Amino acid sequence: MSETMLTVILALVKCVFSVAFVMQIVPLLIWAERKGAAYIQDRPGPNRAHILGVRAGGLIHTLPDVFKLITKEDVVPSHVFRPLWALAPIISMSVALVTFSVVPWGDQILIPAEIAEKYLGTTGPLAVKLQVADIDGGLLYILAMTSLGVYGIMLAGWSSNNKFSLLGGLRSAAQMVSYELAMGMGVVAMFMTYGTTRLDEIMQIQAESILNWGVLLSPPVGVIAFVLFWVAAFAECNRNPFDLPEGEAELVAGYHTEYSSLRFALFFMAEYANMVVASSVTATLFFGGYNIPFVNGAMLRENIDLVLMAIGLGGGLFFLFATSVAYGRRKDPFYAAMDAFKGPRPNKLAPTSGLNGLLYRALHDDTLRQHEWKIFTAIWAGAALAHFGLIGLGAMKIASGMPLLTEIIVFVTQLNAFVVKVLFGCWMFIWVRWTLPRFRYDQLMDLGWKYMLPIGLVNILLAAVWLLIDANAMRLYAAIP
Amino acid sequence: MFEALLFYTFSVLAVFAGAMVITRRNAASSAIALVASFFCLASMYAMLGAHFVAVIQILVYAGAIMVLFIFVIMVLNLREDNDPGWNLSPRAVLGAGVGGLVGLTVFVGASAARSATFMPADKLDPGFGTIEQIGYTLFSGRYLLPFEVVSALLTVAVVGAVVLAKKEL
Repeated sequence: MSETMLTVILALVKCVFSVAFVMQIVPLLIWAERKGAAYIQDRPGPNRAHILGVRAGGLIHTLPDVFKLITKEDVVPSHVFRPLWALAPIISMSVALVTFSVVPWGDQILIPAEIAEKYLGTTGPLAVKLQVADIDGGLLYILAMTSLGVYGIMLAGWSSNNKFSLLGGLRSAAQMVSYELAMGMGVVAMFMTYGTTRLDEIMQIQAESILNWGVLLSPPVGVIAFVLFWVAAFAECNRNPFDLPEGEAELVAGYHTEYSSLRFALFFMAEYANMVVASSVTATLFFGGYNIPFVNGAMLRENIDLVLMAIGLGGGLFFLFATSVAYGRRKDPFYAAMDAFKGPRPNKLAPTSGLNGLLYRALHDDTLRQHEWKIFTAIWAGAALAHFGLIGLGAMKIASGMPLLTEIIVFVTQLNAFVVKVLFGCWMFIWVRWTLPRFRYDQLMDLGWKYMLPIGLVNILLAAVWLLIDANAMRLYAAIP
Repeated sequence: MFEALLFYTFSVLAVFAGAMVITRRNAASSAIALVASFFCLASMYAMLGAHFVAVIQILVYAGAIMVLFIFVIMVLNLREDNDPGWNLSPRAVLGAGVGGLVGLTVFVGASAARSATFMPADKLDPGFGTIEQIGYTLFSGRYLLPFEVVSALLTVAVVGAVVLAKKEL
């Protein structure tokens, strides 16, 4: 395999991984949004959709949702300006996915020389960077790409030829342009403090110590920059309390009023994809990205067997807890009611034989419902056992003898740390949405221009003062002898 | 080979998008075509190793200036019926002539440059095109004064716009 081919194939694999990473979290977030909203409003939330009675806490709900959106009629209103109207949801979605390409999701995988030479045709070991594009100015790239997100919404609003949509589009354009400035100010202070705009270098600085994480750098510059960035990220994602572009009380559904079927689904998914990307950028810039506190990549590699045992113990205990919760659900009064309830009156028209009968049973048969707790107890118990098995593998020192396995374990561990941070960020989005009311338009503009922008400018000044005092004093870690 | 493939793809797209900008009747379509052409240019900068310029091209032109253009188009609600259509006034002919002349000059200049020696990419500094190098070039010595003058000019323009737009300050 030639060198160019290898580069291209690796790049393609990374692209697929990064798109899949974002797209896999999206349905999970839609579920979390519904369940989170239900939890905050003290109601059960989605719990009806099922496969043979297994409802999986409402997770199954997303499946028929997707099916519905795909199979609905794609209505094209006669008054829209077709080319741009069709382009708008595509822009929204692709911008969200493209931004993720500079975010590193792991340190690197070092494929050892003998394997790389044998299977990949390289000379010597091959270091695979776990980031699609390690461009100089990665931070600016993120700013540039998020600034493009406004096109999707603006074009959707304009080309719908509808007052409400147009107003939604106008609002969003004004809002995003205003908050981009505040976001930019936050980022400028950060890259002054880090002294680089390359995200991989930023990650290396943060890997040194937990005191080097973005929020703690040159206090209070890091904290202020984080608050500015995070608030602006809410505005850029058009999430509550900044969701005026769709403000359903005033604007029907704002810019996506005229969209149906999969085009609407694209806008819907783009919102969640933007949340994932915003959380991952925040995690990368301010919370050490894939770094685990107090444990860096070199330490993980040195003590790989211990790491394996720790993962086994931690994961095993977690799944044991999950098992006990699932087992405890057997006393759920719902199951007793299901036992007493002999099912709905038989439908005389229901097909009983052939493929139709099978489909009907699959969709309407609820008999597995009583056994749901058994299924989940078995799944979680299996996972717990598998994790306890890892302790044994660690004790047998399996991983330390195999360099590639070591690299993969380190990669998975760090990826998990990253995912935990990203998911927490996403949960913050959901939490805030169901807690705070929406801003009024003038309040929104006041916050952006009169408070966040000046604070951002002062923050840059503070960062400059820190640099002037001592280029290294900004790092608490370096300041402590 | 791969680089050539990317280059030709993006240059054909850039020319196509440029043609779209002047042939579309709809102002919003023209603006979007212009954004597309900016993108193709940015990818060429990136292929030349000038990542910073590429990113700034998108950040400033596509992300800020064109957004304002489209904002204006949305507010004014320019439709095709506002379009005066084609007319061959002497002015239009003169404009086309001058434009053609400029294009010809650029083409001839570029063809002449072909024979000149090029610097192969692997002979560039390792830091070529990075923010650091551009910063040093801009802020030390030669380009410092022009840079500051340009920023003053921009501030003057902003202040001027505010003064013109507001009757009472």
